[in-house]
Amino acid sequence: MSGGMLGRGVAITYLSLVVLIPLAAVAWASGEGGPGEFWSAVTTPEALSALRLTFGAALAVVAINAAMGTLIAWVLVRDSFRGRGLVNSIIDLPFALPTIVASLTLLVLYGPGSPVGIDVAYSPVAVVVALLFVTLPFVVRAVQPVLMELDTDMEEAAASLGAGRFTIFRRIILPNLAPAIFSGAGLSFARSIGEFGAVVLVTGNIPFETQVASVYIFGRIEGGDIPAAAAVSVVLLAFSLLALVGMNVLQGRWLRHEG
Amino acid sequence: MLRLASAIALFITGFSVFGCGVALSGGDRVLLLAAYSTPREAYAEVMDAFQRTEWGRGVEFEMSYGASGEQSRAVEAGLPADVVGFSLEPDMRRLVEAGVVAEDWDGNEYRGMVTNSVVVLVVRRGNPEGIRGWEDLIRPGVDVITPSPATSGGAKWNVLAAYGAQLARGGSEEEAAEYVRRLFENVSVQDKSARESLQTFVGGKGDVMIAYESEAIIAREMGYDVEYVVPEATILIENPYAVTETGENPEKAREFLEFLYSPEAQRIFGEEGYRPVVPEIRAEFDYPEPEKLFTIEDFGGWEAADERFFDPEDGIVTQILREAGGVR
Amino acid sequence: MKARLALRSVALGYLGFLIILPVATVFWLTFRDGLGPFWSSVAEPAALNAFRITVLAALVAVVANTAFGILCAIVLVRHDFPGKRLLSALVDLPLAVSPVVVGLALILVYGTYGWFGSHLAEYGIRIIFSLPGIILATVFVSLPFVVREVAPVLREIGTEQEQAAATLGASSWQTFWRITLPSIRPGVAYGVVLTTAKALGEFGAVAVVSGRIIGRTQTLTLHVEDRFQAFDMTGAYAASVVLALLALGTLFAMNLLRPKEEKT
Repeated sequence: MSGGMLGRGVAITYLSLVVLIPLAAVAWASGEGGPGEFWSAVTTPEALSALRLTFGAALAVVAINAAMGTLIAWVLVRDSFRGRGLVNSIIDLPFALPTIVASLTLLVLYGPGSPVGIDVAYSPVAVVVALLFVTLPFVVRAVQPVLMELDTDMEEAAASLGAGRFTIFRRIILPNLAPAIFSGAGLSFARSIGEFGAVVLVTGNIPFETQVASVYIFGRIEGGDIPAAAAVSVVLLAFSLLALVGMNVLQGRWLRHEG
Repeated sequence: MLRLASAIALFITGFSVFGCGVALSGGDRVLLLAAYSTPREAYAEVMDAFQRTEWGRGVEFEMSYGASGEQSRAVEAGLPADVVGFSLEPDMRRLVEAGVVAEDWDGNEYRGMVTNSVVVLVVRRGNPEGIRGWEDLIRPGVDVITPSPATSGGAKWNVLAAYGAQLARGGSEEEAAEYVRRLFENVSVQDKSARESLQTFVGGKGDVMIAYESEAIIAREMGYDVEYVVPEATILIENPYAVTETGENPEKAREFLEFLYSPEAQRIFGEEGYRPVVPEIRAEFDYPEPEKLFTIEDFGGWEAADERFFDPEDGIVTQILREAGGVR
Repeated sequence: MKARLALRSVALGYLGFLIILPVATVFWLTFRDGLGPFWSSVAEPAALNAFRITVLAALVAVVANTAFGILCAIVLVRHDFPGKRLLSALVDLPLAVSPVVVGLALILVYGTYGWFGSHLAEYGIRIIFSLPGIILATVFVSLPFVVREVAPVLREIGTEQEQAAATLGASSWQTFWRITLPSIRPGVAYGVVLTTAKALGEFGAVAVVSGRIIGRTQTLTLHVEDRFQAFDMTGAYAASVVLALLALGTLFAMNLLRPKEEKT
């Protein structure tokens, strides 16, 4: 039993030194000037617009990911074609590829010198594309196993009763996938609102247009305005925490339903 | 309690220091230069030259480059630089206030400045948009690139050049502010540093980039299809350098700083696109003289200019940027 | 069948434009002039040093986080205590924190004027703007993976064997080495791969704390950005390709090691 205590102590100490104390310091720094200062730091026009863009882009990314991720997972599980295994392993590439490399590759392909003639760099579209790149695996990898386990019996039964393909999808497949889609989407959201490396080269840092919150924070740190940087950081932290906790709670509820 | 926690932190760091086995201190013949992002090419040459002198034999250099404000802040927060170079003087003043740089850093005959430059307008080869001066930048449809005044020293020079040029041709302060406002309506990208702006521009974005003359020259020498226009009225850019009090090697650092004023080093700067501050060497190069060249002193010095133009709450430029963003 | 084909083309087209094409372009740009420029860029001292620093930071992060990860997973799965759910949530926290915020946080605690930094400075120890800071940032961002992979495996294998070993008189240490560790090995291995991938590729957090001293505190990802800014596109692409190859290697390992029942 004392072994358990020791293990717990070591785990908590480690977590505190690496994660908790530093994050607490951010919260502390953001609150040092009192709530008034915090409020004015996160409501400067620059900060507000950066936050608005960040959340807008993140929501767009979540929506696209939910649709495309489910589609890709469906193709990977239910379809069969040559090279499926290869495609399946490529899904994880954005996770393994450093974000700065992702940023560079996107800039090369979709920037001003684009070999395919698509130039979206330095626009809000670039923000969304960069975020889509880094968050691709989340929904796919969440939906895939569920889809694999899903029995096709019900679908066949429904089909034999004359249900159309769309009805089957909406009434049978989608409800089963919903928790997985939701959890993947939640992770995409949390990742999107904090992303820095992938957006830094392609967005051009234009205040009020393409400057996302993480780049704004970086600028504030460089500009020496630590309290403002910390205040906006706290807002980001709060929202990503909310996303994670919300996901956990909902998942818990779903699991209880099943069990 | 804090001490206990530090002790545990010490343990963890000890582990990582031990685990990496890489020397943290470079030894007593190593100088760390922390500078703003643009003079890196010139420094490759200057350091070479220094190492060939009697003073510099066996000295090794380490370099850190980034946006001027970022570098200044990093040194303030403990980046162990021996020599620092910034785009503009306020970044040096921050280190004086932090006790990192001596009060009398600007005591020499060049007031601590090592290189000069001017703000120019960089265009694509052949000048397809027909850019001749400041007024062409606010024409509808002209795509202008400049870094962000929030982080970049170069951007502040750019804005002051634009503003001052309007005053120099007899405009009122309201007209000058209106000009800057219209200018920013045409700005499509505001990178974090002058160097990133140049990257963006040579990458194919924009019709005109407002930049240091030295950056324009470097880009041309790198073989990019750009040329530049020196506007009729523009600002003289002065870049301060100093040794730190906190470096591990102050003796060598001072010798290196002195070397920066030597004919040899000044000549290298001149060849690399900077205007030498030493008059005799300056005379060897025929950099074009703008008709109306003004300096930061015309704005009452950096302290006043910073406050008036770039105050994050109510600076003139801060407000203009907000309006351009559709926020009033 | 037509619908199926349409779905397939949409899915593949999306992947092609979003992932395959961009990555392929960089490979093409790197190697279009042959291997020569690639090699000379990669063999530059700055690149080699950056590579070394990246590998070192990743190594420390993997070792530290694996030890912590196994321990923490055992604590979370095998023990009951108040605040357990909180601890479990906190472990996931690094996944949700913006890398820039990680950097800021470390500066606030370990920087010269930070909570611990000022005390450490008395011992002549500098963390921010030197290697330990880079390592700390790397450890931070790659912390959750081993825990997340090992915990479900532990839950699955149950405690029967461990209890049997205990009744036969094995010490808890012996039980751990002989029984627990072998059965969670696949989870550990997969977690290690994920940790490595994250540690090799971190940019934002490292960018804030590194100070970018060329050859001393520049990781490979920072080197990519540095080359990009020095107009050395060949160097930037070459370093990117090295990172991408490391990523592909990781990917390969992931595929070999991915647990059968995927739990993301």
